[in-house]
Formats: sequence, structure tokens, C-alpha cells
Amino acid sequence: MKFSEQWLREWVSPQLGTQALADQITMAGLEVDAVAPVAATFAGVVVAEVLERTPHPDADKLSLCRVDDGSGEPVQVVCGAPNVAAGQRVPFARVGAVLPGDFKIKKAKLRGQESRGMICSASELGLEEETSPGILELPGSAPVGEDFRAWLGLDDHTIEVDLTPNRGDCLSLKGLAREVGVLNRLPVTGPEVVAVPATHDETFPVRVEDGERCPRYLGRLIKGVDVAAETPLWMVERLRRGGVRSIDPVVDVTNYVMLELGQPLHAFDRANLHGAVIVRLAREGERLVLLDGQEVSLDASTLVIADERGPLAIAGVMGGEHSGVSAETRDIFLESAFFTPLAVAGQARTYGLHTDASHRFERGVDPLLAREAAERATALLLEIVGGEAGPLVEVAHAEHLPAARRVTLRAARLEQALGKALPAAEVGEILERLGLVVEAGESGWEAAVPSWRFDLAIEEDLIEEVARIHGYNRLPVRRPQARLGLRPDHEARTPLGRLRRQMVARGYQEAVTYSFVAPELQKALLPEAVSPVLANPISSDLSVMRASLFPGLVRALQHNLNRQQSRVRLFETGLVFRGELDDLAQVPMLGALACGARDPEGWAAGRERVDFFDLKGDLESLLTMGGEADAWRFEPAQHPALHPGQSARLLHRGEEAGWIGTLHPAVRAELGLKVDAVLFEVRLDALTQGRVPAFTPLSRYPEVRRDLAFLVDEDLPVQALLDTLRGQAGEWLGECRLFDVYQGKGVPEGRKSVALGLTWQHPSRTLNDEEINELVDAIVNESRQHLGAELRG
Amino acid sequence: MDHLPQLVSEARQAIQAAETIPALEELRVRYLGKKGEITAQLKGLGKLPAAERPAAGERINQAKQALSEELEGRKATLEKAALEARLAAERIDVTLPGRGQPSGGLHPVTRTLERIEGLFTRIGYDVAVGPEIEDDYHNFEALNIPAHHPARGMADTFYFDATRLLRTHTSPVQVRTMKEAEPPIRIVCPGRVYRSDSDLTHTPMFHQVEGLLVDEDVSFADLKGTIEDFLHAFFERDDLSVRFRPSYFPFTEPSAEVDIQCVMCSGDGCRVCGHSGWLEVMGCGMVHPEVFRHSGIDAERYTGFAFGMGAERLAMLRYGVNDLRLFFDNDLRFLRQFA
Repeated sequence: MKFSEQWLREWVSPQLGTQALADQITMAGLEVDAVAPVAATFAGVVVAEVLERTPHPDADKLSLCRVDDGSGEPVQVVCGAPNVAAGQRVPFARVGAVLPGDFKIKKAKLRGQESRGMICSASELGLEEETSPGILELPGSAPVGEDFRAWLGLDDHTIEVDLTPNRGDCLSLKGLAREVGVLNRLPVTGPEVVAVPATHDETFPVRVEDGERCPRYLGRLIKGVDVAAETPLWMVERLRRGGVRSIDPVVDVTNYVMLELGQPLHAFDRANLHGAVIVRLAREGERLVLLDGQEVSLDASTLVIADERGPLAIAGVMGGEHSGVSAETRDIFLESAFFTPLAVAGQARTYGLHTDASHRFERGVDPLLAREAAERATALLLEIVGGEAGPLVEVAHAEHLPAARRVTLRAARLEQALGKALPAAEVGEILERLGLVVEAGESGWEAAVPSWRFDLAIEEDLIEEVARIHGYNRLPVRRPQARLGLRPDHEARTPLGRLRRQMVARGYQEAVTYSFVAPELQKALLPEAVSPVLANPISSDLSVMRASLFPGLVRALQHNLNRQQSRVRLFETGLVFRGELDDLAQVPMLGALACGARDPEGWAAGRERVDFFDLKGDLESLLTMGGEADAWRFEPAQHPALHPGQSARLLHRGEEAGWIGTLHPAVRAELGLKVDAVLFEVRLDALTQGRVPAFTPLSRYPEVRRDLAFLVDEDLPVQALLDTLRGQAGEWLGECRLFDVYQGKGVPEGRKSVALGLTWQHPSRTLNDEEINELVDAIVNESRQHLGAELRG
Repeated sequence: MDHLPQLVSEARQAIQAAETIPALEELRVRYLGKKGEITAQLKGLGKLPAAERPAAGERINQAKQALSEELEGRKATLEKAALEARLAAERIDVTLPGRGQPSGGLHPVTRTLERIEGLFTRIGYDVAVGPEIEDDYHNFEALNIPAHHPARGMADTFYFDATRLLRTHTSPVQVRTMKEAEPPIRIVCPGRVYRSDSDLTHTPMFHQVEGLLVDEDVSFADLKGTIEDFLHAFFERDDLSVRFRPSYFPFTEPSAEVDIQCVMCSGDGCRVCGHSGWLEVMGCGMVHPEVFRHSGIDAERYTGFAFGMGAERLAMLRYGVNDLRLFFDNDLRFLRQFA
């Protein structure tokens, strides 16, 4: 809501400067977004009359004007505007005037003719953004010689308030003035509104079929209007300062009264109304061409103003093109109605509209305002476009009007809520200033809520009003008291913060990528993935929910590679979204990606590139944090984003918990990446599970170590050998170290040598060679039988 | 007979001339060994008259002792020189950088969220989290924002269908917590939130931390105290001015926006604060009884407050970041600044 400060001050004018007034309004909860002067800085411009216009003897496009600027002697001015004419009142910059942009007006000669001053256009005075082609023509009543700024009240500011949705009552000068009056304990006076006597008795029938949505409807015929009349400049200016463009005098008046009082109004062309004005729900599929030219197909929940032929307007939202006022209009039907907030709520949005009217009706227009607004508008119309007013017809469904609300405010509750007892007199006074009718009782107040305050219905609403007007910053400050109770702490769980720090210690930077990704990217990495798709994405490349952390990490990699960052190590934690909406899993994951050199470039660093096992080591460092390394297994498996020979499924207690691998070369090529990358992601719920340490006594007896080297098929996963070995090595096996994997000279083609160091230790005695030999034999036999492994000599 | 002094003198010279430990050892053998020249003199004592023997023996032993000391001294000197030479040879340039993986770093948003969580958990709040794809009920209705309420226009919502959406705030977590738990409730809810808005100062995803405290006799004064303490602690400035401005949120009443004195210009007015000297940093209020009703909490017995803030906004103010979008570009040159 934007308004002229001067206009407000006609209603109520506290002894405060512009900024102080804006600050006061802001601190009352009506946040002022902007304060701006209504016109640029200029001085020395007066109202003048063009006495005579003659062509310039030496220039086709210029004319010579004799201008009376009120100083006595007429002055000669050369003017280039096409619309300048004798008899006009115009803004005139005298010699010595300073126009916006520090443009000084001096005596000049133009094509040999003397020019003493300048006749100004609206844009030259900073009243309009766009350049106006002609001079600004003022009404004949403009007093010649008067300072133009003062006459038009241009030493004014527009104040723009960003109103919260509960304060629909402040969407007018009247409402804002009421609020300023409350804050400053000042009386508020608006224009006097009196009933306009009817000068003819013709009415137009009104049938309200939906009294629940339209509890009050007023209409009046005004006959014989002159639509060609001009809207007075003062009104155009107030509209302009309120952010409303002047259209035609009838529409201007309805807009003006809306700004002034807060009541949206609509004027129909009587000639296009047939039979009766009917307020009813639309019939599904009825069509209507709106004022903005768009044709809509109405749905059955939309309240419309119709006549016997069909819909004319969407009630409280926008009128129709056909029934609106046009240059041919002679008689108008003026509508002033109360549509309930629920009747209008959501309607504008359904049709992709948002209008000043719908904005107000959705928030609640004072149900007692319609008559006052109709009379005010009628009076203004008669003044500007003339015509004869008929009787004001009202159709009311009193049972559907908002019920008068009474709210109880308990003194004890107020004190509890604010942490302070306010003097009873102050509380009562604040409520009364706000327009509530208050009865003070033993333990509190009973207050009747004024019709314009849709937001006051319960005790808390009144507590807020008292606090707001008293001033939040004058209320006490204290610290909450609480009982010091300890909460359970799950030691077996690894906190997310520790996992993050482990990644950081391993040289990774944490990334935060959007939870929605480009469908093509997700499809390239996870062609099978199903995840929810946004109905209204901000752009198509942020339209599908990520089913994995891979797309975001790969995208971040691309971003960095494109900026000469060749060594990238990133991790991210967050939800991934899997499945259809009705069967959706929102799974917290931790993912990481590494690319480029294993070590940062350095004097002591190797030149190797990071590979699968670097990343696997980093991942294993997370897996061991919970103290349950044996709960995890890696198994060779295929993932569409990963190199088929360099990818593993990660199992936690036998269940899939994640993936690790090298980015698939084909996928890489598709994404235009020129370098290899390795990446993993793991479910956080698995990663954070661990165990509470359980102590095992330290053995005082010696360890026995045996090193075994096996020859196995080269594609046998070492894990299979380890499993077999664990199965046969007995309960006293401690460490099992895999210290060498070798292929080459001495190892047959197609085989590999795997060397293991096994360590046994008994808790309470020394193990003898025989027992160990037996275990080793069992291991060797089992490995040969099941895995075709031979012990190397 | 007496060439002993000459012998000792020769030996001394030889010892001092020796440059290596083995050369010294050779000299020791040559003079003091079993067949050494001094040893030979001792062996020759028998040839002397008995009366002269004690005196001669005494002289030879003295010479032997002296040479032995000479040898030890020279040996120590040579060893010391050798050690020094070795140390000199083993010198390294200790200003060369160390080997291995340098640390990475946390994202500034995480850093900020953790700090905020830490401030509250240390005084007894718990951290609560919830789903990001929410339903209309938890994101709006239970928070006193029924369908078509104008407040729905306050945050542009990403929808999947008529009822499912990306949460526009972390408040649904408060609703879920209140449904489960009995007061006293003290939680902070950090997490990602989504609004369909994208320009210089808005990203379609950002992070919020919301807090909720529900107990008997909680007042607006407690809320003010908590917020002031938090802002002083977060910015590590006890003299930071904080003001509470009436506002409107459907789920709290009374509601307030919180402004702090601009941390960039100390309130003098600058571009960051729009020359007002104040920065809006969070919203807060007393929990609306309608929200309690939806959550099954007795609004007569219990009262509570809630507050919410944007993590990116606070991080920008704290670290001087001037472009919101940097948080989601994941440019390493940006991220490394917060290690």
C-alpha cells in the first residue's frame, strides 16, 4: 500500500517529520518499505496562462508564446511542444528557475527569437517516468502566478507500507489514519460523507442468490454522465502517489474511493446490463472476457456478478470487458458490496490474477463500509462527470454478515503473557483507542471488536494489540527458567558432526547443492531412478528431486573444473528422495567425490591421480568410526553411473547401504567431463550406527604369526579368500593382514598371488605349533576346495 | 739409555697429527700395545740394576699414562668433529611444507548451523529434524494457515501435487515434535527449506533454524531475553542493539520481527542496511493457541515461544559474504575460506 503523506495528514497530522512518522508506523507493525519524494527537486516554476501562440518565423516545429506568469508584463517564450495553445494554463519555469538535474533556466535566443523561460512537460518536472511529448496542461482553475509546487502540493512524499495479511483494515487512507491516530492519541477526520439525494427514482433490479458469500450488495443508477470529462488534477495526483494510473473519470473515482476508504467499487455500463444484476456462483465452464482482455472459463466455486444473459464480472476480483464503462457510456450502475473473505479467497489466484479489489476482499473489507463508500463515490462522480443519481438500493442478508465479536481479556493472562502487569487504565485506553468498545470488569476486560478488524477474535489478538501499542521494546526482558534434567545420550551412535569432521580431516570440502536437479543430469547418472517432480519448478534444470547425491556432486565438480580447479574433493550430507510420492523415502545420505591428483601439488608429493582405493580408504575411515567395521562389506556390483569393473555395493549388516566406484567413462563423456572421478554415497542411518566399546582382557601369552601366500584366479575377489580363511582359522585368530597382491613373473597367467599375515593369540595359554598347523592346514584345504587356491611354495 | 722423553714427544706429535679414529688406534697399538714401544721399555726394566728399577718404572708408567690421555683426548676431538660433520650434512630445509593431505573444511552454512545449535543445546535445547517433502497439513494447516489464507502468499511454495510440497520453513518439525512430546519442550530445528523465488537476494533453497520452547508460564519477556542473548552470543557483541517490531505470522501471537543494529556500519547507515542502521535478522512470537490445539497441547496450561532465522543471512552478516548465491555454487575458492 502506497500513499501520499499529505493526504494522510489531511486525516491526521502528528507533530512528526516524514521519517519519524515512517519510523513510528514501522514500529507499530506496518513496515514502511520506502519513503520517496513525489516529484523531483525544482524551484521557480509557477502556474501561467498562454495568452497567444504564433508560429516561429524561422522554425517549423517551434512556436512563439506570450505567457502571463502573474508578474505583470507578459513574457515571450519559444516553445517546441505540439500541444501548446492559447488559453491554456501551464507550469512555467521563469528565468532563474532550477529544474530537476540542476538545469538552470536562463534568458536565451532560439533561432533568433528571445525566450524568457520555459513551459514544462510532466516529465521535465519529474512527475512522470517516461518522456511526455507535450506540455502539461493544467485545469482552467489553476491560479496564474501561484508557485506550481505549492499549488500541486508537490512537497510531499509517497510512503509505501508492506502490510501483513492480517491488517487488511489498513489498506486505505482511512485505515492508516486510524492507526496513526491511535499511535499519537489524535482525533482522525476524514471527508464528510452525506447521502446523495436521488434526483430520479429509477433503479435496476438486484438479485443476490448467494447471500452467504455476498451478505450485502448496494447499487445505484447514475444517469447521463459525461465520460469525456477530465479527472481533476488533484485526484490524478493522489492516485499517482498511491501507485494507481488514471484511466477515465469513472474508474478513477472508484479507485480513489478504494484508496480513501478501502472499499472496492465497480461501475457497469447500464446499456450492457440485461434484466437484473444477479450475484451467484458461476456455472462450470461459463466464459467471461475480463477487463484485461483475457477470456476465462469459470469454475463452479467462483462467485460472479451476472445478468440474465450471463456473467459480467468475477465478484470482488475483476470486471468484465463487455459490461465496463467505455467512451459511449451514458448511464452507469455503481456497485458497492461486501463479499466475504472466504468467497474471494483464492479466486484471483485460480485465474492467475491479483487485483487491488481481491487483495482487499481476501483480507476483509469493513462490512459496514459499503453504503458510505457508495455515497462518497456518487458525490465525486456527480462533481466530475455530472449525471443524475437514483436511489441507492441495498440487498442485505443480515444473517450472513460477520457476527459482532466480543472478546474477553483476562488481566492475569495478559500479565502472564507479557511478563509484566500493565496498569488497567492503560490497557482499557489502548483498546478503546483501537476502536473496541470496552467494559472493564473485576478480572479483566470485555471488548466488542470494531467491524473493520477481521483479525481480532481471541484473547491473544487483544494481548498482541495491547503489547503492540504499548510498545514491544518497553516490555520486560528475562531469561526462561527451566529444570535441569539430563536427556539420554546414545553413545553407540556416531554424531553426524564427527562424520563431517572426519571427511574434513581427510581433505574434503563440504558442499551444499540444491535438492532439486536437472532431470537430464539425474537421468544420465541414474536412468532408473524415480523421484518426485515439482509441479512448479523455478526452472527446468531444478525440477526433479535428487534420488542420489551424485548429480549435485558431479555438478559441483563441473563448476570447479570450469574454474581451473583441477583437484576437487567434496562431500555433502542431506536427504535424497526415492520413489513415487505415495511411496516415498526421504533418506539422509553422506556422499563424496574426488578428482585430480591424489596429493596436492608439492615438492614431496607424487604425481598419481586419486583412484578407487584412495576413496575407499576415506570411506573405510568413516565405517570404522562406530567401532563395527565388520558390519560392513563391499561386493562387486553394477551401478549405471559407475565403471562396471570399478564399482561396489556397500552392505551394512547385509543390507544395501551405499555405493562406491569410478564414474562410468560413458557417463563421463556424456557429461563432458575430461577427467576421472571417484565417488561414493552411504546411508547416514547405517553410518551413524555403531556399538558401545566392550573390553576384552589383554592376553599375557605370546602371539603366533604365520604368513601364507595363495595363488588364486585373478578375478576371485579377495573378500572370498578372507571369508574362507576366517571360517577356518578358529576363534583365536586376531589380526589378518593382507600385505601383498602380486601378478607377474613367477605367477601363472590368469592367477594372482595374495599374501596374508595371520596372528593368533590365546587369552589364557600359549598356543602350540601343532594347533596352529592344524588350523593352517584347514585354511589351505578349504581354500583349495572352494576357491581353487594353491599355497605358494 | 734415556730416549724415553724423545719417544713420548714423537708419540705426542703423531697422536695430534692423526686424523681418523683407526689411525689413532694404530698409534695406540704402536706405543701402548702388547708389543708397543712403551710396553717394550717396561719389559726392558729387568735389565736395569734393581736400585734403578723403581724410578725407571715410575717414569715409564707416567709416560704411558700421559700418552693414554693424549689418545683419549684426541679421540674425543675427532669424534666431536665427526658428529658435527654429520649433523651439518643432515641439515634439512625446515621451511619446506609438510607432506600429506591438508584438511578440508565445513561449508559456512554448516558452520553457522552448528554454532547456532551449539548455543541452544548447551542451555538444554534438543535438535529436531524432519522430512523436507511435507504435506499441506504440517506445513500450513497445523500452523494456522488454512487453505486460501492470504498468508499462503507470503511464501511461494513448491508443490508436487495438491497436497504435497517442499516445506517452506522448518516449522512442521515443531508440529511433529509437539504431537509426540509432552512439555516442557525445548528444541531447535535446523534444515533446508524451499521457496520458489530466485533473484539476487533469494535462492530457491536455503537453511533455517527455528526454535521452540513450551512450558508453564513462558512469556514474551522470556522470548525477548532468549533472542537478545542469542544475538549477542552469535555476533559476540554484548552491546549489539536489538529491537522487536510487531509483525504477523499465523502461527505466533504476539509476533515480532527482530532487527539488530547493522553490524556492517554499527548503525550509521550503509548499503547493507538500506541506510536505516537496522538489519532484519529473524522472526519470532508466542505460539498461537490454534497451533497448540492442532498439536494436542493445553493452551491454557502451557505457553511457549518460537523463533526462526535464515542461516545464510546470518552467515553473510557474520562473515561478510556479499552474494547469497555463492553458498550454493560450491566453488572451492569460496569454500576454502571457511576452513
